[in-house]
Amino acid sequence: MTDITPIPSFYFLMVAAALFSIGLGIIVTKRNAVAVLIGIELILNAVNLNLVTFARHDPSLRGQLFALFVIVVAAAEAAIALAIILKTYQYFQTADLDQISDLKN
Amino acid sequence: MPLFLFCLFAILSVGAAFFILLTKNLMYMALGLFVSLLGVAGLYVLAGADFLAVTQIMVYVGGVLVLIIFGVMLTNKGQTTDNQLKNYILTSNLNQFWGVVVSLSIFGILFAAMLTANFVVFNKATNLENPTNVSTLQPIGMSLLTTHLLPFEIAGILLMVALMGATFIATSKPHTKP
Repeated sequence: MTDITPIPSFYFLMVAAALFSIGLGIIVTKRNAVAVLIGIELILNAVNLNLVTFARHDPSLRGQLFALFVIVVAAAEAAIALAIILKTYQYFQTADLDQISDLKN
Repeated sequence: MPLFLFCLFAILSVGAAFFILLTKNLMYMALGLFVSLLGVAGLYVLAGADFLAVTQIMVYVGGVLVLIIFGVMLTNKGQTTDNQLKNYILTSNLNQFWGVVVSLSIFGILFAAMLTANFVVFNKATNLENPTNVSTLQPIGMSLLTTHLLPFEIAGILLMVALMGATFIATSKPHTKP
């Protein structure tokens, strides 16, 4: 172990905030359902980065355990979401969210 | 040196996220997500979460990303059937004005909140400065099987139910639009 000057936790929080905002922008702007799912994955990563950052100062590592469970739930969510997108594609023949508008009018 | 590595991984993850935001090709979006997830895994290592970094690479890059690429390929017909042309899978943007407004304002709110907030926990020493364990693997494994045993089992059941449900939804009798 040589000289380890810890990186300030504020920097980690900044990166997580940037990832969160970009993920939100992707969700708002993209029209394809899979692209929206990619934005959701980015947001989940930002949240995990926040949890890990706060767990740096906690010797019991509960933040890292919570991040582990978030990863499990994210994997389950991705599988279910892709199955639903696949079924909507079979029904509507498109994955474009603006053209799936049967309930409109 | 750690600060240099931090800047490298931060630029990698945020830059790849910007690339996802700007590109229109769905496969390039999947590539950007790959680079971004790798950058976040590097940030986990720098924050002292080595086990979580390996889990991130195995679950996200090895599992979720492959699922997303499957989803892209199964839900698109492609632009052309001509072998000579490039067959991009493109999507278009909408609500660009409101997207920029919403994400910039959320970022501004978070930035201001973190600048003014005085987190008490940050005044304590980090785990890297007075390490009780060199790796986080042993404490995480101990707490998963003792104090956090019930959430661990529930997570396993949730994963099984979700995967079986996904298989059922995706393979049941196809309905087409009348």
